[in-house]
Amino acid sequence: MTEFTRRHPLWSLIIVVLAALLLWLILAPWTTGVEAVLGRKRVFLNAVFGGLTLGALYFLVASGFTLIFGLMRNVNLAHGSLYLLGGYIGYVVSNVTGELWITLPVVFIVVALLGLLLQHQVFRRMEGQELRQTMVTIGLSVVLADLMLWVWGGQSYTLQTPQWLTGPATLPIVVGADRSGNPVYMRFPQVRIAILVMAIIIGVAMWLVLNRTRLGMLIRAGVDDREMLTASGVRIHYVFLAVFGFGAGLAGIAGVIGGTFQSLAPGEDTRFLLASLVVVIVGGMGSIPGAALGALIIGLVEQIGLVYAPTYSVVFTFLIMALVLAFRPQGLMGSRR
Amino acid sequence: MNWTKRSLLGLAGAFALSWGMSTPAVAQQQPPIRIGILVALEGAFAAGGRDAVRNVELALRQVNHTVAGRRIETIVAPTDTRPDTAVRQARKLIEQDRVDFIIGPLSGSEGIAIRDYAKTIPDRTIINGISGALEMTWVDPAPNVFRFNLDGAQWGSGLGTYVVRTKGWRRIATVSADYSFGYTNFLGFAVDFCRAGGTIVQRFWVPLGAADFGGVIAQLPDNVDAIYLGMGGTDAINFLNQWQQAGAGTRLIGGTIMADQTVLSARGRAKDALIGTPTSGPLAEDNTDPAWQDYVRLYREAFPANERFNSPSLFGVGYYIATSAAIAGLNAVNGDLSDGQRRFNAALSSLKLATPLGEVSLNENRQATGTVFVNEVAEGPGGTLVNRMVARVDGVNQTLGMTAEQFRAMGLPSRTNPDCRALGGG
Repeated sequence: MTEFTRRHPLWSLIIVVLAALLLWLILAPWTTGVEAVLGRKRVFLNAVFGGLTLGALYFLVASGFTLIFGLMRNVNLAHGSLYLLGGYIGYVVSNVTGELWITLPVVFIVVALLGLLLQHQVFRRMEGQELRQTMVTIGLSVVLADLMLWVWGGQSYTLQTPQWLTGPATLPIVVGADRSGNPVYMRFPQVRIAILVMAIIIGVAMWLVLNRTRLGMLIRAGVDDREMLTASGVRIHYVFLAVFGFGAGLAGIAGVIGGTFQSLAPGEDTRFLLASLVVVIVGGMGSIPGAALGALIIGLVEQIGLVYAPTYSVVFTFLIMALVLAFRPQGLMGSRR
Repeated sequence: MNWTKRSLLGLAGAFALSWGMSTPAVAQQQPPIRIGILVALEGAFAAGGRDAVRNVELALRQVNHTVAGRRIETIVAPTDTRPDTAVRQARKLIEQDRVDFIIGPLSGSEGIAIRDYAKTIPDRTIINGISGALEMTWVDPAPNVFRFNLDGAQWGSGLGTYVVRTKGWRRIATVSADYSFGYTNFLGFAVDFCRAGGTIVQRFWVPLGAADFGGVIAQLPDNVDAIYLGMGGTDAINFLNQWQQAGAGTRLIGGTIMADQTVLSARGRAKDALIGTPTSGPLAEDNTDPAWQDYVRLYREAFPANERFNSPSLFGVGYYIATSAAIAGLNAVNGDLSDGQRRFNAALSSLKLATPLGEVSLNENRQATGTVFVNEVAEGPGGTLVNRMVARVDGVNQTLGMTAEQFRAMGLPSRTNPDCRALGGG
């Protein structure tokens, strides 16, 4: 961070000013001049917070995707299917147990096991053959999609949220005043706050594991130079298995979380595959902070775009991707290699 | 890749069907009449498309697959709701399968593309399946295209009067899907609503497939009597779910596909927000009209319970009526399709067709005038949701009761059409 400020003083200043501006927009009461440009404060804040939660969801899906790519150079195009499968399994489990907090670990384990199976039985056999791996993962995604269509049918599913998470919460942020001058506080769905908190916890935990444990050290070493790591006597296949299982499990959890505020239906798998591809391209392949930044940007842009320019909201996402590819092809946080 | 697999499957399916049905025709003296069925069997409406194929079969079984001594063969051409696929498949039906006429297509924008294609084959007839695009029979219509079902704008008519007069909801905001059918269906509702004196405070248009509606929900005004929702499928479910999570608020009014079987059969709590929501469309499942009841009984007897819906879908009914119209037209000309099908076309134009939805006749654009039903979502047995019929409007025509000039002056469906104030609302 300090190195970044030293190397790019101008950019740092711009980022600090933007962050301060955003904070001011969130906390300060809006004047009529600002409202004339950006509309009511409630609308703006909802778009920002909605973007944050959407970004949190994208982060959960994309972090596993980017880890797998970073370590194994394997573009797993069946990642979206793991998301959808996790959601469906979550629906079944939560109907049996009735408790979302039991569902999450169960889904994580089941989908992670499937990931282990895929890595151990399929991808291990075609290491280093990128085209073959890509073709096989596309094939798997088609097969999985048809199997899911067969089991769960074409209708859409939404997961029940726990009773204490239904409805909105009141946040201590003033969005305006009612007719008698009393302050009106912002209301935001509790589920989304829970999702945001959970994504932050998972993100921090992942950062700790990657930077403070032996396994994390191995993974980072593997991302940097796989051959050297193997040569120094590490059985890299176990690291591969661990990462693939973890990434798959994370996609499964994301499916459960996504199922609570978006629907699960055929087609969602490719939607989330595309979203995580965009996030990873913007953030930088193989970088967890990059996935977080990319997810945040894409989520915010989608939501703010939907509010202020609904017709073009779809375009913005890809515009950002194109800009990143044009000016920083390795991604915002990616390393040039 | 996915695409190749689908087309191969579709081709195989079409081939199997045509082969299976064409074998007994050899024994007939006169050559058989070949009907091409253009129907979406992939994509969002795939389940509805399969019901459409069932209903064509059901209608043909009533006449034992024979009209005026000529056997009838059908050839199914699957589409994926995209206009270019629809035209390609229609060409295949005409040029390769040499069908006499086509029944279809299913989806809105397909209908517009097929209208233009029809002008290139003046000697063949096209009877619309259930495409709801107003433009198909309104803007520069083709003389050989016939539509015996109502269009998307007609489906919305009647609901506006109902919510203003019966419910007393006069101030609303609207959220609709930002594409052809979204505009058309909204136009039908809005024209009626504004004429009844209602006020549309604000209109929102959301892109198809935008899964996160949090930003739009936050913008909805508080001081309205109800919110009109013109969405369908998973968009509708996502919106309802997020609407509940944001604390819901006011009452809802639904467009035609807001409370159809795909939404009502979804798993989860989201759809419960729809209870008490009025919607309108071309059919009412609990219609007590004996013609409808007989048809539903026929449908249930013809197919085992796991191979059909509980009650015929909107799509199925459309194709059933289209096939009945074809049979009636063929009977009227005694199976004679010579002379570039001119006599057949004239017979279709002047049909007074008795359908499960009541009598249907065509106007000068070969567009049906018929009945619109207003339904309300209610809780059924075992926590399911059902549509209960609460009102019906007979004789809804293509111009929604205006003269053709007035209707034309209003302009085509779009984001800003209709102008509520010009129609007497606010």
